[in-house]
Amino acid sequence: MKSVAGYRRYLPGTQPEYLHPSYASSVKRSPSQLLVYLPHTLSEITGPVFGQELIDAKAFDLTKQSAGEPLGERIIVSGRVIDEDGRPLPHTLVEIWQANAAGRYQHAIDQHNAPLDPNFTGCGHTVTDAEGRYRFVTIKPGAYPWTNHYNAWRAAHIHFSVFGPAFATRLITQMYFPGDPLMPRDPIFNCTADESARNRLISLFDWQTTVPLHALGYQFDIIMSGREAIPFESGRHAKNK
Amino acid sequence: MTVPATTWQTVGPFFKIGLAWLYRDDLADADVPGERIEITGIVLDGDGQPVPDAVLELWQANSRGKYAHPEDLQDKPLDKNFSGFGRIATDDSGRFRFATIKPGQVPAPDESASLQAPHINVSICTRGLLRRLVTRIYFPDEPANATDFALSLVDPARRATLVATKSGSSKFEWNVVLQGANETVFFDA
Repeated sequence: MKSVAGYRRYLPGTQPEYLHPSYASSVKRSPSQLLVYLPHTLSEITGPVFGQELIDAKAFDLTKQSAGEPLGERIIVSGRVIDEDGRPLPHTLVEIWQANAAGRYQHAIDQHNAPLDPNFTGCGHTVTDAEGRYRFVTIKPGAYPWTNHYNAWRAAHIHFSVFGPAFATRLITQMYFPGDPLMPRDPIFNCTADESARNRLISLFDWQTTVPLHALGYQFDIIMSGREAIPFESGRHAKNK
Repeated sequence: MTVPATTWQTVGPFFKIGLAWLYRDDLADADVPGERIEITGIVLDGDGQPVPDAVLELWQANSRGKYAHPEDLQDKPLDKNFSGFGRIATDDSGRFRFATIKPGQVPAPDESASLQAPHINVSICTRGLLRRLVTRIYFPDEPANATDFALSLVDPARRATLVATKSGSSKFEWNVVLQGANETVFFDA
């Protein structure tokens, strides 16, 4: 009587394992016990709904947050948030954060010896439209070194945070740029076993959204877990099968 | 033909610049009905060291057991100034704190018409976690814990990791151990 249509579970290999020793920080922060499988309940198929009043309509444009223009290559990152069945997810919150063009984050603990940009905070947010589309104007982030191993460099990336329709669909990921020679050497990019799943983190250069005399376009679609079929039989029948 | 869900990536060490605008450590305005509670805790790694760069997201029902979401079709009132969402980061010593109202009971997904014990749903992300960890906060001295749908899936020896301890009047402590002895139970949810 209270059958719940849950969200589909991840396809094996398409998500990172928690322990990935080549990413040093995972060694002491990954659980050693197996996760406990939890059939979805009302708690997981619901999730936060963010009202329009929360959204800063200008927060999609990271190049207009200060009096001056940030330095670097201006880009437009756009795409769709859809589910695994291709259905658009409208009115869902998308948050991004990133390094500046020199590869430095506007963050107290980023000690990379590269300049900060007083005109670039590196953060933004927006909501998808009725067709699940989003669009950001920003600066192409620089690569930066980190201490994971000798001569370690992160491939250029933009962090994405997306809620989707439910607690179960929460996603935080990173978007990469086509042709970046650092990707094969980046343990975070390579933490997902499935090569095509990994490669879907790479945005596509997009002539359609490139604005003449202004900015190159990159396209990045985000896919959220799909929905299981709505149970049409009562739980009693399902159990008796 | 379907395309599988986008792969997770770690939040990394610098998530604050992107996520702080939505930090919410006080989930309920003064006019929201319910028992006002405070929950504090610490996040520890496999060496027992505090994790100073974790972000926790909270999702809970209101005091009547109703989620502010269109798929909660229960005939129960919503509260105007209560979304049920919280987002908090750990401080330099790995500690966190939030204030809210104690959630009511929500239905379990079975035919017994039973209710889940009061709980708060939690996502945990940190540098080093390649995808989120999902867990739940339950409350001590709660008779419904004995028959709770999710708790019953957990090895009895580990259930205590999901139950907060009382640390004062309307105050609770609930800690997260990412790895090792007393590792918190995390759900595939």
